[in-house]
Amino acid sequence: MTSPVVLEAKNLVKYFPTVSKGLLQRSTDSVKAVDGVSVQVRAGQTLGVVGESGCGKSTLARLLMRLLPPTSGTVLLDGADITSLTGRELRAVRAKIQMVFQDPVASLNPRHSVGQIIGTPLKFLKENSASGAKEHVQELMALVGLNPEHYNRYPHEFSGGQRQRIGIARALAVGPQVIVADEPVSALDVSIQAQVLNLMEKLQRDLGLSYVFIAHDLSVVRHIADEIIVMYLGKVVESGTPKDVYSAPSHPYTQALLSAIPLADPRAAGTHKRMVLTGDVPSPIDPPSGCRFRTRCPRAQDLCALEEPALIDRGQGHPVACHFPG
Amino acid sequence: MIAYLTRRILFAGVLLLAVSLFTFLVFALLPTDPAALTCGKVCTPERIEANRTRLGYDQPLLTQYGKFLKGIVGGRTYGEGQGEFTCGAPSLGYSFSQKDCVTSLIARTLPVTGSIAIGGFVLWMIFGIGLGMVSALKRGRWPDRLISIVSVVGLSFPTFFLALLLLFIFVIWSQFLPFPSYVSPTEDFFGWCQALLLPWLTITIISSPYYIRLTRFGMLETMNEDYVRLGIAKGLKRWTVLRKYVLRSALIPIVTVAGLDFGATLGGAVFTESIFSLPGMGRLSIKAVSDSDLPVLVGTTLVAATFIVLFNLLTDIFYGFVDPRVRIHK
Amino acid sequence: MSELVLQVKDLKVSFSTVDGVVQAVNGISFDVRKGQTLGIVGESGSGKSVTASAIMGLINRNSADMSGSILLGGLDVLTAQEREIRALRGREAAMVFQDPMSALNPYYTVGKQIAEAYEVHHPNSSKKERQLVALDMLAKVGLPKPSECIDEYPHQFSGGMRQRIVIAIALVNNPRLLIADEPTTALDVTVQAQILELMMSLQQEFGSAIILITHDLGVVAEVADEVMVMYAGQTMESSKVQTLFDAPSHPYTRGLLGSVRSLDNSERGALHTIAGNPPSMISLPGGCPFHPRCEFAASMNGLCSSVQPTLRVLPTTGSESACHLNDDQLLSLGRGVIHD
Repeated sequence: MTSPVVLEAKNLVKYFPTVSKGLLQRSTDSVKAVDGVSVQVRAGQTLGVVGESGCGKSTLARLLMRLLPPTSGTVLLDGADITSLTGRELRAVRAKIQMVFQDPVASLNPRHSVGQIIGTPLKFLKENSASGAKEHVQELMALVGLNPEHYNRYPHEFSGGQRQRIGIARALAVGPQVIVADEPVSALDVSIQAQVLNLMEKLQRDLGLSYVFIAHDLSVVRHIADEIIVMYLGKVVESGTPKDVYSAPSHPYTQALLSAIPLADPRAAGTHKRMVLTGDVPSPIDPPSGCRFRTRCPRAQDLCALEEPALIDRGQGHPVACHFPG
Repeated sequence: MIAYLTRRILFAGVLLLAVSLFTFLVFALLPTDPAALTCGKVCTPERIEANRTRLGYDQPLLTQYGKFLKGIVGGRTYGEGQGEFTCGAPSLGYSFSQKDCVTSLIARTLPVTGSIAIGGFVLWMIFGIGLGMVSALKRGRWPDRLISIVSVVGLSFPTFFLALLLLFIFVIWSQFLPFPSYVSPTEDFFGWCQALLLPWLTITIISSPYYIRLTRFGMLETMNEDYVRLGIAKGLKRWTVLRKYVLRSALIPIVTVAGLDFGATLGGAVFTESIFSLPGMGRLSIKAVSDSDLPVLVGTTLVAATFIVLFNLLTDIFYGFVDPRVRIHK
Repeated sequence: MSELVLQVKDLKVSFSTVDGVVQAVNGISFDVRKGQTLGIVGESGSGKSVTASAIMGLINRNSADMSGSILLGGLDVLTAQEREIRALRGREAAMVFQDPMSALNPYYTVGKQIAEAYEVHHPNSSKKERQLVALDMLAKVGLPKPSECIDEYPHQFSGGMRQRIVIAIALVNNPRLLIADEPTTALDVTVQAQILELMMSLQQEFGSAIILITHDLGVVAEVADEVMVMYAGQTMESSKVQTLFDAPSHPYTRGLLGSVRSLDNSERGALHTIAGNPPSMISLPGGCPFHPRCEFAASMNGLCSSVQPTLRVLPTTGSESACHLNDDQLLSLGRGVIHD
C-alpha cells in the first residue's frame, strides 16, 4: 500500500433532479445516486467497486471520468483538482483517464473499422501522423491479443470477447494512467471472462495502469482488486482489501451479497446457510432515514433509523458503515 | 390525471396565442401595403388613406394585434357612420377582395375541407392499417411484396398527377363517377360520398403507404417482444395474441401520427381541392395568396394551426388513457 | 423411475439467414421425468434457448428447418397442429423468460395477465373465480399485499417482483413441466437467490419437472439433479449434477469448471481459461465442434477434426460423453480441475 495515490475522490455527491409532476410548478425531488463517496486509486493498483443495480456505481464511474459534473465534492488527479475543468484542460485529463464499457457491441460504432475505432481517440488527443497512427494502432491490437491484420474489419466480424479487447485497445490508445472499467466482463461468457480478466491483469503489470473496476459480481472483483468498496444506495457500506471483505465481511449487506453467490459445487449447496435478503432496494429518491440498509437488514434496531452509521473501523481492521457489525 | 390535463390544455392555449402573434407579425411585416389592396383598380391615394384609418392599419402593430385578438373574442366593427359594418365574434378580420368577413369565408369553406379530410382519413386509416397488418403477417411472402410495390408506386405519384389520372379514368373515360362537387352530407349522404370519392381516393393513395409501413414495422417489432412470446406460451389463440398484445402496442404510436395528420388535412388539402375545384379552405388560402389577401391568409393559417394543436392535444390525452405508463403519475 | 414428462429425440433446428444457414441445434436427445430438475448449461450460441422455444412450439415452421421429435403430453410438438399445441401450452409445459422487464404486457394489470392464463385452460370459470386464482398465485409467489398488486401494471414493479409475476403466470395451470430460460440472469445476485429459492419451493408444492437453462454453473449446482452441457448445438456431456462437478467427463466441461472455480477461489494470478472463441454457427468446424479450442485435440492424430464423436455412456460414472478420448482419459479429467 505504499504506491502513490493517482486518482482520488473526496466526498462526491451526485443528485439527479426528477421531472416535475405538479401543475406548472417544479418539484424538488432528486435521485440521490451518489451520496458522499470518497475513494483512492493507487498507482498500478485496482480499486474494485461492487454493488447491485441502483447502488450508484456507474454514476461514480462517470463522476470519476468527469463525464458528469458532481453536485458537490472534488476529484483529484495526481493531486490536482480536476472537478471544474472544461475544454482543453478537460481533454488533457481525458488522455489520462479512459473508460471501458460493459457492452462491447453498443459501445463500438458499427460503421467504423477496428482501425478507425482504436485510432480515433488519437486524433483528438495527440498530434500524430497518419502512417504513425496505423502502426501504433496495430501495435495496440497485438498488445490486446488481436490479429493486427484485422485492422480493416468491422465490429460485427468479431466475437464478444474480441470486441471487448477492441474496447480495451481504444482506451489504451492515448496512453492513460487510469482505466475506469464499468462491468467490462458482465456481458461475456464465463470462459471468455477469464481471458479478458487475464489480459487486463497482464496490461496492468506491463504498463503500470491503475484500474477502477466496477462489477455487480463479487467473485470477479475479488480476483482483480487490491482494494474493494461495497456500495448500497449511493453510499459505501464497507471497504478494505479483498481479504478483509471476503474473509471477514462485517456489514450485513456484504455478508448477504457473498452468501447469495451460487457456488459451483453441489455439495456446498446443501450445506452452506444462505442469508436471503427480503424485499427490494428502496427508492433512491427517498432513501430510508439513518442507515439506508436498515429496511432489509436482519440486525436492524431503533438506533439504525435515527443515526446514520459512519464508515469507520469498529475493531474489524477495516472500515464498515454499520452500528452493529458482525 | 386532472393536473396533467389542465397543464396540457393551458399549454395548448399558450401555444395558440404564440402562433397567432407569430402569424400576425409575419404577414404584417410583408412588404405589401394592406390598405392599397382594399380598393380595387380605381384608387386614389386619398381613398387608400381613408381605408387605412377605417381599418386601423395606421396604428402601431401591437395595437393592431390587440384589436385582432379582441375581434376574435368579441367581434369587430369597422369604419363609422354610413360605411360602418360588423364582423361578429369570432372575427378574424375582413377581406376586401372578397368583400366578406374572414370568419364567414372560412365557415363556408370548412365543411368542404372537413368532408374531404374525414372521408379521406377514414379510408386511408382503413387501407393503411389493414394492408400494413396483412404485410406484417405475410412478411416476406407475395402479399407483403405486392403491397410494398403498390405502396411505393402510390407514394411516388405527385398529387396533381394522381388526381388528374383518377379524374380521367373515373369521370371522363368510364363515366363511372360525376365530376367531384360538394353536396351537404345531411341533405344527401350518398351523393356526398359519390361526389367526394375521388378526392378521398387521392388522399388515401398518397397517405396510406406511410401508414402501411408504420403498421408493418410496429407489428413486426412488437411480435418479437418477450411479452408477445409469453402470450403465445400461455396458450392464447393467435388472434387473441394479435389483438390484445400486438395490435394494441403497434397502433398507439400510429394514432399519434394520425392525429397530427388529420389536423393538418383539416387545415386544407390544397392540391386536391384545387384540381377538383372544390371550394374548401385550401383553395381559399391559395386564392388569398394570389390576391395578397392578408386577412384571409392570417385567418386560414391560424385556423389550420389551431387544428394541429387541437389534435396534438387530443392524441396526447388519448395516450394518457391507453398507456398505463403515462396515465399513472405517482 | 418416475413418469416421463418430455422426451426429445435427435432434435435439429436450423434457420436460413442472408449470411447462410444457422445450425442452432444439431441433434440433441434428452428425457425429463416428473419432479426432476434438468439443468441445460451452455454459453451464448450453444442452442439452449432455441431448444426451449422448440419445446414450447414457439419456433415458426416457415422460418426454420426442424427434424427429430419432441414428445410432450402424448403429442409430437414438431408435427402437431397449432390447435393441439395450444392445448399443451400452459398445462403440459409453461415458460419463464430471461428478462422480466420485457416479459409482461405493459398495457394490462398483472391480475388480468394471470387470470387470462388461467382462463385458457378453464374457459368456463367465472370472472370472480379467476380473480381469486390470481390473488392466490400472487400470494404464493410472495408478492406483498396481493390484493393491491393485482390491479397494478407491470411497470410499477421491480425486476425481481416482475419475475415472480411471470412465475405466477407460468404455474397458474399447474404445468407438468416448467421451462425456465435464464430466469435469474437479468437480476441482481441477492434477488437471484430469492427467485431460485422460490422456484425450488414451488416445485415441491406443484410437483412440476423443471428445465433450467443457464450459463451459470453455480445456479446449476444449486438446483439441478441432472445436467446437460451444450456446445455449438450439440450435447457434450450429460451427467448427474454431483458427478459433473466431481468428475467432468468432457474437456469442455472441464474447461468451464476450471474458469468458474478459479474465479471463485483464487485471489490473484492467472485465471484458468478456454482458449479461442466460440465457433460461428454458420460454418461449424468439421468433426467435434469443440476441437479448435480443445487442449487434447492435437494429440489425437486429426481424429477430432474429421469424425464427429457420438454420446456414449461411461460405465464407472454413468455419465454420457461425446468425446474421442478413451474412458480412462475421460475419467482422469476430473483430477485436473482445481478444487478448493
